[in-house]
Amino acid sequence: MHTIAGEGIHPIDEKRRTASIKIEELKLPAKVVIPLSQHIGAPCEPLVKIGDFVKKYQKIGEAKGFISAPVHSSISGKVIAIGRFPHPSGNQSHSIVIESDGKDELIEGLKENTNYLSMDPKDLKDIILNAGIVGMGGATFPTHVKLNPPKEKKIDTVILNGAECEPYLTADDRLMVEMSREVVEGMKILMHVMGVKNGCIGIEDDKPGAIEALQKAASGTGIRVVSVNKKYPQGAEKTLIKTILGKEVPSGGLPMDIGVVVQNVGTAAAVYNAVRYGIPLIDRIVTVTGQGINKSGNFKVRIGTLLEHVVNECGGFNGEPGKIIFGGPLMGIAQYSLHVPVLKGTSGILVMTKEDIKLEDFRTCIRCGRCVQACPIRLLPNMYSILAEAGKPKEAEEYFILDCIECGCCTYVCPSRRPIVQQIRYIKAEMRKAKNKVA
Amino acid sequence: MAEQIAEEKEGKKGRLEEPTPKLILTSSPHALGEDTIERIMWAVVISLIPATLAGLYYFGWDAFQVIIITVASTLAAEALYQKMSGHKIVIRDGSAAVTGLLLALTLPTGSPWWLSVIGGFFAIIICKQLYGGLGFNPFNPALMARVFLLIAFPLHMTRWSVPHPLFTGIDAKTGATPLGDLQVARLTGKGIGEAARLNLFDAFIGNIGGSIGEISALALLIGAAYLLYKQYITWHIPVSMIGTVMVFSGIFWWIEPAKYANPVFHLLTGGLIIGAFFMATDMVTCPVTLKGQLLFGFGCGLITIIIRMWGGYPEGVSFAIVLMNIVTPMIDRYIRPVRYGAIKKKEA
Repeated sequence: MHTIAGEGIHPIDEKRRTASIKIEELKLPAKVVIPLSQHIGAPCEPLVKIGDFVKKYQKIGEAKGFISAPVHSSISGKVIAIGRFPHPSGNQSHSIVIESDGKDELIEGLKENTNYLSMDPKDLKDIILNAGIVGMGGATFPTHVKLNPPKEKKIDTVILNGAECEPYLTADDRLMVEMSREVVEGMKILMHVMGVKNGCIGIEDDKPGAIEALQKAASGTGIRVVSVNKKYPQGAEKTLIKTILGKEVPSGGLPMDIGVVVQNVGTAAAVYNAVRYGIPLIDRIVTVTGQGINKSGNFKVRIGTLLEHVVNECGGFNGEPGKIIFGGPLMGIAQYSLHVPVLKGTSGILVMTKEDIKLEDFRTCIRCGRCVQACPIRLLPNMYSILAEAGKPKEAEEYFILDCIECGCCTYVCPSRRPIVQQIRYIKAEMRKAKNKVA
Repeated sequence: MAEQIAEEKEGKKGRLEEPTPKLILTSSPHALGEDTIERIMWAVVISLIPATLAGLYYFGWDAFQVIIITVASTLAAEALYQKMSGHKIVIRDGSAAVTGLLLALTLPTGSPWWLSVIGGFFAIIICKQLYGGLGFNPFNPALMARVFLLIAFPLHMTRWSVPHPLFTGIDAKTGATPLGDLQVARLTGKGIGEAARLNLFDAFIGNIGGSIGEISALALLIGAAYLLYKQYITWHIPVSMIGTVMVFSGIFWWIEPAKYANPVFHLLTGGLIIGAFFMATDMVTCPVTLKGQLLFGFGCGLITIIIRMWGGYPEGVSFAIVLMNIVTPMIDRYIRPVRYGAIKKKEA
C-alpha cells in the first residue's frame, strides 16, 4: 500500500451517490457554446464565420502559439454567433455558438489506424495536438506540450492519474471500469511517444472495480497498476508522484525535472480515440451529483453543452440550488450562471442546495496548527492567512507561497473557518500586480 | 466589418443574460470540516470531566465551591470585557470555560473564594483580552493566572487538604503534597527517605494531596485519551514533556537514589500529567509545527525537573510551561516544515 505520510485530509465522501451508475450519453443539446479558451495558454483563433455550417469533429478554432490547443465542433449545425459568452472560470470568453441541425453528421475522411504503436512519435504528437487534447483532470494543460519536454529533460516514467481524490466525483472511476482497454491503449501510446518502459497507473483504493478492470486490461503489458491510499489530495500531480515513486518534484519545477510525465486517465482514453479513430476531443465524462439535483449520474457530455441543458436532462433542481460547482467540492469553481458550457476539463457538476451552505464569519486564528499539519506541500498556511488579513502580501513570499497548489486542505480543517485559500489567491494576485508594475 | 458588428451584438446579448437562479459564489473549497473553535473547546471541557469528578470525590464541597466560583469568574470576566469593549460576546465558544476549569483544577481546595475571583479575572482580562483575545494571548491564561496567584498569595495557594473521599465521613484536614514533603526533606538535608515513598495505586487513582484536578492520573489519562482520539491534541508535546521528566529524573535517581526521587514518583505527583496533556498542548500558546512541539515539550520537561530537583518551589510544571510559552514564537520562527521539493532543488 502506498500512502502520503502524515499530510492531507479525509474529507466527507459522497462518491457512493454515483459510483455504481453506468455512463449514459446525455441527450444532444439544441446548441453548444464552445469557448476558444478551454486550456491553459493562448486562446485559439476561430476558423469559422457566422452562418457557416459545421459538422461534428470539424476543427473550428486553431491553436495559436506553442502552449495552446485547437477546438472542434461537438455537433453538426450552423454557427449562429461568435462573441463573448459566460465561461466557467467566472469570466466571459470568446466563444463560438453552434445551433444543432439535429443530424449529428460527421466530417468525412475519418480513417481507422491499427498499427499506431509502430508510428513515429512525432506524427503521434501531431495527431494529439490536432485532436485538441488537454489535461482532462481539470488543469487542462495542453497534452502535446507535456509530451514535448526540452531535450535535456530525460523522461523515464509515465504516470496515469486515476486517483480521483475529490469527494463526489466518479467520472474517472466509471471511465476506468467501462473503458479500461482504451485507457491502457492510450497509456501504451503515451509511453511509446515518450520512449519509456516504465508506466504506472495510480488509483485510490476506494475504487476496487477500476483497479481490477485496469489490472486485467494491463496484464502482460508491463504497465503497473498501483493502488494508492485514499487521502485528499492524492490525485494532485506532486502528491501522486511522491506516493508512487517516492520522489519529489523540485520546488518551482515541473514533473519533467525528475523525468516524469503525468496524464489523467481520461486524457489517455482521448489520446487513444484520436490516434486509433481520428476522433478529436469533443466530449467527456461528467459526474452530475449533489443534493440539489434530481438525477445524479455519470454522463457523456458534448463539449459546449450548457449547464442549463444538463440540469434539465437530469430532472431539474431538487429544492432551491445554492451553489453549482464545476469540478469537485474542494477545488471546483462556483458558477454564477446556468449559461456556462461544459469544457474539456469539467470533471463534475455538483449542485448544492441552499440548506447545504453555511456562510459564517471567520474568526481569529487560534494557532492550532491544523492547516500546517494538513498541508501536503508542508507550507505554513496560517501565515498566509494572517499576512493577507494584515495587508502584508509581500511578506508571504518569504513563506514560499508560490509553492501552494490551492488544494484547500488548510481551509477544510480550519476551526476558525478562515478562508485561507481565498487569502492565498489574494496574495498571489497582489504579487502578480506588483511584478507587472516593475516590468 | 459586418461580421465585427454582428459579433459585438451577440456579445452584448451574451452579457445581458440574467443569471437565474441566484447562485452563491465563494472561493473553493466548498466543503468544510466539522471542527470549529466551539467543538474543540467544549471537547476539552468534556475531557476534563473525569478529573473534575475525581477532585469532587476526594475533596468534596470545598472543591465544588472553587470550581464553580472560578468558572463563573472567567465567564463573567469574558462577557464583561467583551461588552465593555464593544465586541460580540462569544462566551459560547467555550474558551473562557476551558480557562476557568483549568485554573480551578490547579488550585488547592483550601483556597478562599476571592482567590478564585481574582484568578479568573486576571486570566481572562490581563492574560487574554488585553492581548487581543483568543488567539493572540502569548501565555496560557489559566497557567499565567495560577503563577500570578502563587507569587502574590503564596500562603493561600499552598493550603492543601488531605483527600477525604465522599461518604466516608472523614473530615477535611490540611496536609502536604508529596512534592511538598519531598522539598522539605531535600531542603532540610535529611535525605529524601520516607518522602519519596509513594503508594503507587493511591497516586494513580488520585488518593494523594494536591490541586483539585491534578491528583488522579487515571482520570486525567481518560480525558487525554479522548482528546487524542478526537485528534484535538497530538502526542508530541505530552510524550516529549513527560519523557524528558522521566529520563532526567531517572538518570539522577539511578546515580543517587538516596537523594533523588524515582521517575514514577515524578510522573504521578504534582501537575505533570494535567500540564503535559491539557496545559502545554493549548493550541494558542504552543508551536504550530509537530517538530516545534517536540522541542517545546522537551523544554517544558527540562524546566519542570530542574525546578523540582533544585528550585525554590516544590513544583515546576506551571513555571516551565509559561516559560516555554515565551519561546513559542521563536520556535515557530526557526522550526518550519521542510516544504515539498525543497531539498531536491539544491541537488538539481
